[in-house]
Amino acid sequence: MVTAYRALFRIRFTNSLQYRAAAIAGLFTNFAWGFMYILAFLAFYRSNPGTFPMTMQQTVTYIWMQQAFMALFFIWIFDNSIFDSIESGQIAYELVRPIDLYGRWFTQTSANRLAGAALRCVPILTVAFLLPAPFRLVLPGEAGLLGLFFLSVLLSMGVVVSFTMPVYISTFYTLNSLGVRVAAGVVGDFLAGGYIPIPFFPDALRAAVELSPFGAMQNMPLLIFSGYLYGGALARGLVLQVFWLVMLLCVGRILMKRSLNRIVVQGG
Amino acid sequence: MNLYAKYFSMHIKSQMQYKVSFFFTTLGQFLVSFAMFLSISFLFARFDSVGGFTYEEVLICFAVMLMAFSLGEFFGRGFDLFPRLLGDGGFDRALVRPRNVIFQVLASQMNFTRLGRLLQAAIVLVYALPRSGVVWTLDNIFTLSLMIICGSIVFFGLFVMYASIAFFTVQGLEAMNLLTNGGQEHGRLPFGVYGDGVLKFLTFVVPLALVQYYPLQYLVGRTNNFLYALLPLLATAFLLPCYVLFRVGLRFYKSTGS
Repeated sequence: MVTAYRALFRIRFTNSLQYRAAAIAGLFTNFAWGFMYILAFLAFYRSNPGTFPMTMQQTVTYIWMQQAFMALFFIWIFDNSIFDSIESGQIAYELVRPIDLYGRWFTQTSANRLAGAALRCVPILTVAFLLPAPFRLVLPGEAGLLGLFFLSVLLSMGVVVSFTMPVYISTFYTLNSLGVRVAAGVVGDFLAGGYIPIPFFPDALRAAVELSPFGAMQNMPLLIFSGYLYGGALARGLVLQVFWLVMLLCVGRILMKRSLNRIVVQGG
Repeated sequence: MNLYAKYFSMHIKSQMQYKVSFFFTTLGQFLVSFAMFLSISFLFARFDSVGGFTYEEVLICFAVMLMAFSLGEFFGRGFDLFPRLLGDGGFDRALVRPRNVIFQVLASQMNFTRLGRLLQAAIVLVYALPRSGVVWTLDNIFTLSLMIICGSIVFFGLFVMYASIAFFTVQGLEAMNLLTNGGQEHGRLPFGVYGDGVLKFLTFVVPLALVQYYPLQYLVGRTNNFLYALLPLLATAFLLPCYVLFRVGLRFYKSTGS
């Protein structure tokens, strides 16, 4: 079983690595977007240095890391082939295969996301390290933090992928899940800190979001790397990440089982 | 014009056939811009100004750019999807019809779901305008309409430019996205806030600042120079190079053969 997943992962990963031209074209966008966000935050910082919730350096690091690992963290980056296969009825072939559908989807979307990040992160991070002062990406002070960062990256990818699973599953019921897709993507990514980092949220909302699954997504690794989170808050955040990963996995599995019991495959 | 009206009603009818899908797409569009609105509100709950502009002034900026972009995208949708038209050979069919090519591309697509954002922009404007001390005088109404109309013309021009580049590359150029979607998204703040380099680029190369940053200063009473309010008119000249580029592209056009 594990070898099947491993093979599937490798196929998907190498397959996604093929789209190099698209990735290079996207890189340019990542850079420009990153710069514009940083310039905007710089302007806010200059006008209100006293009430800025993070240091400017932490904010800059957050933005570059977010651009570099975009493919891992953003909910809206769905695997369209899954939607297509359900809508076209192609899914019937996958159901007769002796591999669990949930595990299959989980593996293939994780592979896609990792490949997307692998293609983009090196050039973005390299340039971001070499930039002059206010724009430069800064490494965390201790090597230990780097390890915790990688652990948190994997956890948050797990949370994101298991959060998207019910969205894929909903297609069994709605057939056109565009509405669910957009709503989950926009609301989820906003609460996860995809538009502005969670520390910039109003305090009450911030406290609530940090306990929710959205706080266990990109927020955690990005804040660890930028040096904003440490000590007890960091440990608590990691525990919450594990908790939400397990919860979302269970919910997803149950939903999948239910939907497969009453599935009607599209003909044609 | 008559023909355009026919296309208009045809597109409305065809999109209304799928009401649920239409509703959800409109809702999605609404949510995306609402998230942008929320992030501005959150930032201003913490900070009182950015680069000398208040919350309400920034909201005017956001709403104007959202309106201009939605209108530009509504009319320019055919150019936005132009690479697809080139790829599947649909453009060859347009070439043999006895009508103007640009008109045909223009009328080939209209996406009414974009109008959901117009509503949101209107609500934000109604909220922000009185609170930022803008009075409904004739010159202010004039300035605001110029910003929105000329802004949509500039965005429309960008879509035409995007389509023209597709003549050479067949695929769309993702970097153009920066100017269209990026112009709208980052245009929620007055462009002067981003520093001199960005402002110069958006003044002299792609004149988005001419419909946003300068006339805004007149609108909120930061300057009395009426020329600032007229700058959006100058920005419409941007349509000319876009048109020329499209003509040049057309001359080089080779069918993909599909």
